[in-house]
Order: sequence, then C-alpha cells, then structure tokens
Amino acid sequence: SPSRRDAPISPSRRSIPSASNRSFTLRRDSFVSSSANLRAHAGGDLLVTVADFLTSCSADQIRMAPDKFLNVCRVLKNEVMQLNAPIRGIAPLRAAVRKIQTSSEQLTPLHAEYLMLCLLAKQYKAGLSVLEDDIFEVDQPKDLFLYCYYGAMIYIGLKKFRKALELLHNAVTAPMSSLNAITVEAYKKYVLVSLIQSGQVPSFPKYTSSTAQRNLKNHTQIYVDLSTCYGTGSYSDLETFIQSNAEAFQTDNNFGLVKQVLSSMYKRNIQRLTQTYLTLSLEDIASSVQLNTPKEAEMHVLRMIEDGEIHATINQKDGMVSFNEDPEQYKSSEMVEHIDSSIQRLMALSKKLTSIDQNISCDHAFLMKVQSGRERARFDYDDFDSVPHKYF
Amino acid sequence: VSAAAAAAVTNGLGGGEQAAAAPVSADQLDVEAYAAQYSGRTRVARLLFIAERCGVEAIQLEALRMAHDEARAREDTVLYLDAVLKINSRLGPRYRHDQAWVDSVNRRAEQRKEKLETELNGYRTNLIKESIRMGYNDIGDFFYAHGHLSEAFKSYIRTRDYCTTSKHIVQMCMHVILVSIELGQFAHVTNYVSKAEQTPDTLDAVIVAKLRAAAGLANLETKKYKLAARKFLETGPELGSNYSEVIAPQDVAVYGALCALASFDRSELKSKVIDNINFRNFLELVPEVRELVNDFYASRYGSCLEHLEKLKPNLLLDIHLREHLGTLYNDIRHKAIIQYTLPFISVDLNTMASAFKSSVSMLEKELAALITENKIQARIDSHNKILYARHADQRNATFQRALQTGNEFERDIKAMLLRANLIKHDFNQKNWL
Repeated sequence: SPSRRDAPISPSRRSIPSASNRSFTLRRDSFVSSSANLRAHAGGDLLVTVADFLTSCSADQIRMAPDKFLNVCRVLKNEVMQLNAPIRGIAPLRAAVRKIQTSSEQLTPLHAEYLMLCLLAKQYKAGLSVLEDDIFEVDQPKDLFLYCYYGAMIYIGLKKFRKALELLHNAVTAPMSSLNAITVEAYKKYVLVSLIQSGQVPSFPKYTSSTAQRNLKNHTQIYVDLSTCYGTGSYSDLETFIQSNAEAFQTDNNFGLVKQVLSSMYKRNIQRLTQTYLTLSLEDIASSVQLNTPKEAEMHVLRMIEDGEIHATINQKDGMVSFNEDPEQYKSSEMVEHIDSSIQRLMALSKKLTSIDQNISCDHAFLMKVQSGRERARFDYDDFDSVPHKYF
Repeated sequence: VSAAAAAAVTNGLGGGEQAAAAPVSADQLDVEAYAAQYSGRTRVARLLFIAERCGVEAIQLEALRMAHDEARAREDTVLYLDAVLKINSRLGPRYRHDQAWVDSVNRRAEQRKEKLETELNGYRTNLIKESIRMGYNDIGDFFYAHGHLSEAFKSYIRTRDYCTTSKHIVQMCMHVILVSIELGQFAHVTNYVSKAEQTPDTLDAVIVAKLRAAAGLANLETKKYKLAARKFLETGPELGSNYSEVIAPQDVAVYGALCALASFDRSELKSKVIDNINFRNFLELVPEVRELVNDFYASRYGSCLEHLEKLKPNLLLDIHLREHLGTLYNDIRHKAIIQYTLPFISVDLNTMASAFKSSVSMLEKELAALITENKIQARIDSHNKILYARHADQRNATFQRALQTGNEFERDIKAMLLRANLIKHDFNQKNWL
C-alpha cells in the first residue's frame, strides 16, 4: 500500500499497513502529540485504531522503538480510563505486553498498567494469564513494586492467598534504600493476608532491607496492633478492635480484607479443634470458639466442609460433629502426576539456579571482590551465600 | 506437749539422734513441734511466715508468741519489732512493744560493735592475716545476730582475702550461704556452694550434705525443679539435724520427693528415689510423702493425689515451698494423667475421671489442653466420652512434608533469583524517583 507520509492526518483511517510500520511510527507520533485535539473529534475511533495497532503490530519493529510504543500504550490506557471503560483496554494491552517482552520472564512497565486495568474492570481471570509467568528480569524497580501490588490484589480477588502472599513478600523484601508508599501499602495487605492464610505474620527474613525492617512498622501501626490482637484468639476482642479502627481501614480500602481476617479467626479456632477431638457436640464447638448458638456453629462448620478446609460430618440428630482424617492417601494417579510434575519443575529451577551461579562465578566484578577479600581477611562463604541454609 | 506431737513421737521412725516428730502431716500444724526442728534466725522467720499465712487465729497467736519469745531471747531487735507489730497487743501486756528493752539492746550492740571495730582496725594495722579474718568473722556474726543481713554478708565476703586454708574457705562459704539464703539471693548460694565443693581437701560428710541441701534449696527457689530434685536426693543422711539453721531433714524429704515427682520420668523416679537407700532415711521421716511416691509409681493416682491434697494446707505454710506448690502440684497431676493414658489405645473417660476423682467435663478440658500442648498423642470422642490414642500415619505425613518442602523451596528460590536480578542492576532508588 502506498505511503501515506504526505497525506493529511485523518482520524478515520482504519487499516494499518503491516509492511510499513515505520511510516505509521511517524504518524503515531503526531497522534500522540495531538491526541488531545483528536479525542475531541474522534473519541471511540481513536481507541479502536490504537487497539487494532497494538494487536497486529510486529514485535521486532516495536522493540526498535520501545519508548514510543510505551507512550502509545499509555495513550490507550488514558483513553479507556477517560471513557470509564477499562475493560476495553484489556485485550490490546495484553497483546502489547507479549510483544514488548523479550522473554516471558521479563517485567515491563506495561505489566502494572495491564493489571491495573484488570482490577478496575474486575476481570481477574484476565490478569492471571500474565501473572502466571514467573518474573526473573526487572529493568525498572518502580515497575516491580506496582506489579507486585496489583498482582497481589488480583490474587486476593480470586482468593488465592498463597500466591498473593508471594508477591507481597517480594514487594516488602525487595532491596531498597528508602521506603516508598507502594511498599507501605503492600505491607499492610501482607499483614492481613498472612493472618488469613496462616494466622500469624512472619518476621522479616534477614535479607530484607534495613530500611524496611526499621520503618515499615511505624507506618502501619494499626495493622501491627491488629495482628497482636488476632494472636490472643478472642473473637470479641478482635471485633471491638476492628470496629474502633473501622475508619482507618476504610481509608486504606482494606476493610473488606479486614472482615475476612475476622471470619478467619473462627476457622482457625475450629481447625484447632479438629486436632484435639474426634467428635464434639455443636454446643461445645460454639462455646469454645465463642459463637452464640449451636446453629451458628453448624453453619460455620458446614461452610468449612464445603470449602474443603476441614474434613468432617455433621450428625444433626445428635447435634454432633465427627472430625475425619484427611482422606488423601497419596496413592491416586492424579497425585502421582502432581508429584511428578512438581519434581520436574523443581529440577528445572535447580538447573537454572546452578547456571546463574556459574555465570556469577565467572563474572569479572565478582572475581575481583573475591580476590581482594582473600588478600585482606579470612574469606567467609557466608558473605556471598544467599541461599537459605535449611536446604543444605 | 500437744496430743498430735505426742502421737507423732510414738509413730515416728527416725534416726536415733533426732526427735521423730513429723510436723508435716495431714493434721493441723503443730507449731511447737514444727519450730523445734529449726534453730537460729530461721526459726523466728518461719514462725512469722506461718503467722502471716495460716488464717487460723489460734495458730497465728501461738506462732507469734513463740516468735516474740525467741526474738527477745536472741536480742534480735529487727525480728522482735516485726513480731510485736504483728501481735498488735492481742496477747496481753507482756507482749507489748517494749521500747526500753529495744533501746538498751541497741546501746549494748553499739558498744560491742565499736569494740569489735577497734579490734579489727588493730589487727589490720598489725597485718596478721588470721586475726583480720577472725575479726571480720566476728563482726559478720555480730551483724547476723542482730538482723543486719547485708552488712553481715559484706563482712563475710571480706574474709575471703584472708583465708589461708581450705577449712577457712569452707567456713566462709557456709557463712555466706546462710546469709544469702535468708536474703533470698540464691544466685550467690549456688556460687558459693560450688566454691566450697571445689576446695582441694576432702570435705567432712556433714558439710557435703549441707552443701547439697543448700544447692537443692537454691535450685528450688529458682524454679529448676529437676536439678533441685537431684541435689536433694544426693544429700546424705549425715545431714540429720545439723543444718537446722537452714533446713530440716523432713524438708529435704518433702522438697526432694515433690520435685522428683514433678520432673523425673519413671525410670529416674525408680532408680533415684524409690531404690535410693540414702534417701529412704529421709522419707521415713514423712511417711505420708513416702506413701504418695509409692502410689504414684504403682499407678494408684487417685490415692496419690488425695495424699497431696491433704498435705497441701501445711505445705503452704512452708517458707520456701509456698510459691512453687501450685506449679509442682500441676506438674504432678499432668504427669499422672499422661502416664495413665500411655499404655492404652482407648480410655473410657468415666473410669478415668473416677480414678482421678474429678468430673468428666473437667477431665476432658484438662486432656484437651494437654493434647494441644502435644504432651498426649490422642483424640477425644466427646460424644461417647472416650479417649483414643492416635498414631500419626508416617507415610502420609512424609508425603505431605515432602510436597510442602518442595513448595517452599520453589517459592524461596524464585524470590531469591528475582532479588539477585534487582541487585545485579544495582538499583538505587535515587535513579528512578
């Protein structure tokens, strides 16, 4: 198709020549610079044009001018936000992410934007497709924090608390020399999700930056207090605490999570009972977990059975609950497959680790440091060893 | 002499050299017989302690009266004033606050003190080690007799520099131990016991026994019950009533037996307590305690706990044991429960409750607590009131653990690789802010 370099800029153009992306690049620049004007005229058309471009452009060409490409994506994002229709930006941005990535392990600035749109549109499953890839390469730390934070929120929306915790953990323990607001918010959610998932908040691992270790708790005091209150095991105390601080939790947009923390308290107490009793009356359950009536106890136990959180049977005639052992015998073929695939995955990971280790051992800067260390003082492996020792 | 004491004397089986009264018995405490076991300052201190805690006015007044007389006889003004205060004019004119007597005693004490100090200064200028040592000792004794414990402590410590033979060192240690026990500073007691035990000469058997008893006491007060039990059990019968200024042999028996029950396992209990010939001498002095140890070993838990309950009110009046009684009793009870359930696959809670003389619901709660603390491997069938032993399925547990370790490994390694990457690019927030 003919070059359109000299033709006047027309917003109604729809077809994008794939062979001459270069020309479109120049046109795109003008789009970007005068998008304000164009929006006034075009509105929905601009969106469609850009969306089409993003889905059908060539990845190689894009990588030659990544900054401009990122700009275009931002235009798209701003557009859908303006139109209050974030869902329309999801498919194009997902394609864009795939195109600009050099490998599936790389984090791009688009990741965070994409996840944000998924969150706003409540399309959590769409976010999963990007979150499933593990990230090992990061160019810009700012992207990482936002990626972890939004990603965690998506997992929380899907109630996959363990994966949410992984992302939040990375955000909290990433190397940093000064605290940023994203990490503070991430830590607040980290406390809440830890309580829901395991009933306690683990202490900072030793590789956490000293900035985080010293300052995070100061900025998140009520969450720290909440976790102490949770530790006492008293539902009523926790409830009172939450009520009196409801406003603060609301301002942080964490009230929904906080309510889940509260209901997790019952679950945890009931689970503790399964360790001690074979059968227990609903009345006793209600009294030991601080519920008001046996009916409520029955409701909670029923819900937990349905969610697969405990294995039990309710005998309504006698008002008794029998707690059963986990029926998993680890003998089924699904389980064997699961174990097998885990082993494969871990072996691959282990291989990757070894190769990175070898690369570093050959790295010039590393060798210089080792050399000077040997000359100066006793060379201590622990200084360079960041793999947790429990695996040795 | 009260009827109980007379009965105790006829019942008592003890070594020939010592009065066989058994004041720690289930009967109401015989204050006179109890006090007769002790001498020196501890007698008064114990009487005052009993008076404060016993709650029965007759006994209280009896104890206070004896304390008062004793303090007056010893010219210990500190204890005398304490006793008078507590008596509060309830015992008649003879027991009222006699300031004149106090003043005269203090005056005489001042004079003696000056004399001793001048003597000491004389010795110090002469630089004769032995005299200086004896001078400090005398001053220490003087302070101790008049109730000024910290000064006594300091004086005794000062003799250390002038000790020349191991006999001197041992003497110093014994003095310091005595004062430290009364001051309640049991760290010093342990210290000086080991100092005394480390002297190169072999020690007199009585002194060895005294040191063991003192060490046991120190461990008891610092809540190291197992060590305390060991020390008491190692105390030789030579102790007799030679250490009455600190502890009576009945006490050794009681403390040792209770600590052993609370902290030893079955094999240790058999070898160190029941088969221990030396300790048998002590146990004979308190037949009830001997009974309850045997009951425990023979699994007659109901009767064992009954004996404990009967002894409890009198034991609460013991100056060293009172604070620890609750913990010790709890530990013994828990041990009994755990031992009871150990041999069975299933236990009917009703039978168990009657064996332990408690209600089924209380027992169920105790069991639940012990299971949560992982001291019993079992689960409760609350509907049928049966306790079932539970043995974890090793195979399933292994699979579970393996999968969990795999997950943790994966998570940690991925996080670490990410962090390594971040560090590799040497991110400094100044760059991107």
